[in-house]
Amino acid sequence: MPTDAVAAHGGHDHHHDHAQEQMANKVFGFWLYLMTDCVLFATAFAGVAVNRHSYAGGPTGKDIFELNGVIIETACLLLSSVTYGFAMLAAHRHNKSQVMLWLGITFLFGLGFIGFEVKEFMHLVADGNGPERSAFLSSFFLLVATHGCHVTAGLLWMATLMFQMGVMKKPLNTVYLSRLTMLSLFWHFLDIVWICVFTVVYLMGVM
Amino acid sequence: MLGRLTWSAIPLNNPIEMGAVGLMGIVVLIVLGFVARYNLWVYLWKEWITTIDHKKIGIMYILMALVMLLRGFADAIMMRTQLAFSHGASHGYLPPEHYDQIFSAHGVIMIFFVAMPFVIGFMNVAVPLQIGARDVAFPFLNSISFWLTFVGMALVNLSLAIGEFGQAGWLAYPPLSELKYSPGSGIDYWIWSLQISGIGTLLTGVNFFVTIIKMRAPGMTFMRMPVFVWTILCTSILIMAAFPVLTATIGMLTLDRYLDFHFFTNDGGGNQMMYVNLIWAWGHPEVYILILPVFGVFSEVVSTYSSKRLFAYTSMVWATVSITVLSFVVWLHHFFTMGSGADVNAFFGISTMIIAIPTGVKIFNWLFTMYGGRVRYEPAMLWTVGFMVTFTIGGMTGVMMAVPGIDFIVHNSLFLIAHFHNVIIGGVVFGCFAGLNYWFPKMFGFRLESKWGTRSFWLWLVGFYVAFVPLYALGFMGATRRMEHYDNPTWVPYMWVALFGALLIFAGIICSILQIVVSIRDRKQLMDVTGDVWGGRTLEWAIPSPPPFYNFATTPTVNDAEPLWDAKQRGTIERQARDHYEDIHMPKNTGAGFIIAIFAGVFGFAMIWYIWWLAILSVVGIILTLIIRTCNDDIDYYVPGEEVARIEKAHFLKVASLETEKQHAD
Repeated sequence: MPTDAVAAHGGHDHHHDHAQEQMANKVFGFWLYLMTDCVLFATAFAGVAVNRHSYAGGPTGKDIFELNGVIIETACLLLSSVTYGFAMLAAHRHNKSQVMLWLGITFLFGLGFIGFEVKEFMHLVADGNGPERSAFLSSFFLLVATHGCHVTAGLLWMATLMFQMGVMKKPLNTVYLSRLTMLSLFWHFLDIVWICVFTVVYLMGVM
Repeated sequence: MLGRLTWSAIPLNNPIEMGAVGLMGIVVLIVLGFVARYNLWVYLWKEWITTIDHKKIGIMYILMALVMLLRGFADAIMMRTQLAFSHGASHGYLPPEHYDQIFSAHGVIMIFFVAMPFVIGFMNVAVPLQIGARDVAFPFLNSISFWLTFVGMALVNLSLAIGEFGQAGWLAYPPLSELKYSPGSGIDYWIWSLQISGIGTLLTGVNFFVTIIKMRAPGMTFMRMPVFVWTILCTSILIMAAFPVLTATIGMLTLDRYLDFHFFTNDGGGNQMMYVNLIWAWGHPEVYILILPVFGVFSEVVSTYSSKRLFAYTSMVWATVSITVLSFVVWLHHFFTMGSGADVNAFFGISTMIIAIPTGVKIFNWLFTMYGGRVRYEPAMLWTVGFMVTFTIGGMTGVMMAVPGIDFIVHNSLFLIAHFHNVIIGGVVFGCFAGLNYWFPKMFGFRLESKWGTRSFWLWLVGFYVAFVPLYALGFMGATRRMEHYDNPTWVPYMWVALFGALLIFAGIICSILQIVVSIRDRKQLMDVTGDVWGGRTLEWAIPSPPPFYNFATTPTVNDAEPLWDAKQRGTIERQARDHYEDIHMPKNTGAGFIIAIFAGVFGFAMIWYIWWLAILSVVGIILTLIIRTCNDDIDYYVPGEEVARIEKAHFLKVASLETEKQHAD
């Protein structure tokens, strides 16, 4: 286990336990925050469900959703979860350079996902099918963009961690391991939410 | 450059508003002058603004609640005065658009910036002490939570001076709150002050849940937690489950107003009933977020001042848990008149009535605790007994309205206003005053004197009935809420009685202020030397008042639901300092929480006035502050055991010397 954390506090055993316990609390607290985020998404999903037929004379899901792009987008995000998993495996082996490598790959996949999403949005808006067209599209944009904002925040967090460990040379100690763990929870959580978005919004939308 | 912010946003033509702004300005100037006169800037920054000590944060929450109580009450008395005069040919002194802002601000301030900070203040002060912890799980997050709430409060008050406040009631129902019908800055002030403070509250919920689950002293099993801790655990669950819904719902309204979305608009397929459903899916649990903590306060107070173990602890816990669960299946009773059909209304009517059962269990438990006990009628206990009577009446009118048929008659009438003030004043406000009297000595080291406290209680109690019983009658006579003028002369005498009641409450508030002033003056005589001024039963009374910054010199071990009482009975209480203490791990103060909140406040202001560049800048500011904070590894330190020993010895010496002094005097 990380010896530098112990050394910094004079090697007392209970100090070390204390740091471990604090990190465990942080991960637990962050998991709880994710559950509240889940309620946030649930509310956005409720909006989609309530407004699923409120087209106001505008296009339906069948008219506007292009599944090909969405499937590539989905693949990007799912693969990024796998690569993040590899980063965590490396982290538990205390192999910092491999952590950095896998984080970098994950970052690129995430960036790809956001790229596809932005492209889809721009396409819709250019065709006059922006959120102001109907309640159906308002709900669609809110849900998908909320997810997109979360992914963007995740990317920002990932970049920060890479900067801190790569440029600032922070050690891969308890603190950074717990941060990596929390981002991992966040990242996989967004993946699960996206699977629901893909199913409920896109697949059910084109059916 | 400044969006839609122009000089015309300042209401120079409205003497009432300008008067209020002037008054607020004078108060702020006096406070700043005081700080400057005694050069307290550094003290303020080091001891309060950057503090992450839960006790100090709790005190700041409570102080904010007390100040905002005055603001909210000023709104109340303005409304009552208007309604006493504004009938027939007379139109009173408040034009409709101003009156509408006043009732909206009154509701928002009283719920979000009086009741919420009051109960969250008690959570902060008492929970870590009651479970034998050094602080909450995330002290830095706690500081962010407080300052976000503070900023939300500041925005509401800023709306008085710059622009206007919402005119669509405390929950801003669309379509009235949409841009088309409320084009001004008022609804935007409402949106951003609630959104910012709501995030603070959400973080508090997470923080206290982790604190209670993970940081209890060894031996404190779930069924040995004080009932107050139980209620806060349930409140935290409610906050975590309900506040994201508020965030999302306000977010939808924001998008409607700012980016032409169509969630709740009349056109484009918008659906207003979705808003009403969502806002109450948050709003009903919110009611219990306010009342559960004070149920906890009353449980502590009743058993302490009856010198008796709380009657039927287990049933009290289960009653709390069932209220928590049930609070999620009753939201539709706020809009039976929506027309969901008989079956849906019947379901929500019955589920609402069922909540009366666990609540009744609690009332009987408190009564049985008093039965056979040696009841001491200190102010805290008076508030509790006043609550039991008043809240029961309010609960009964609530069950009346849970019958959809009756609700159709009294919906949105003054009967409803009387009902929810009956439970909120009779429940939450009385509970906050009980808690203030009960924990004040723990916070400050001297207790509140009881003469002015007793006067305050009786004026509030009588004033409440005089002010709100006429409203029940007026509701039956057809008077509606949010009405600033009426033509029915038979209502006039009731309105005057209600105004008189409000004045009695005003006198009660003055007595409360005097109680605090007199107590500060006589703090020497009122000093709490031992830390156990009331003959307490739970752990917070086992340590000095005010507690040292590290709370417990050694983490206590718990064998009973009332650990301190148990220790006193068995005589195992420590009467002198130990020779050796272990080093204590403590977090360092930080200004990051304050800075983040200030950026959030600037962001809210910029959004309200469409100053986009400033909004973007403040978001960047928040992100950078967070990143810089995470780069800092130097966030904690150790208090050496010798230092702990010094502080503890000083305390026990003081207790001993005052005890001998007392013996000499006798």
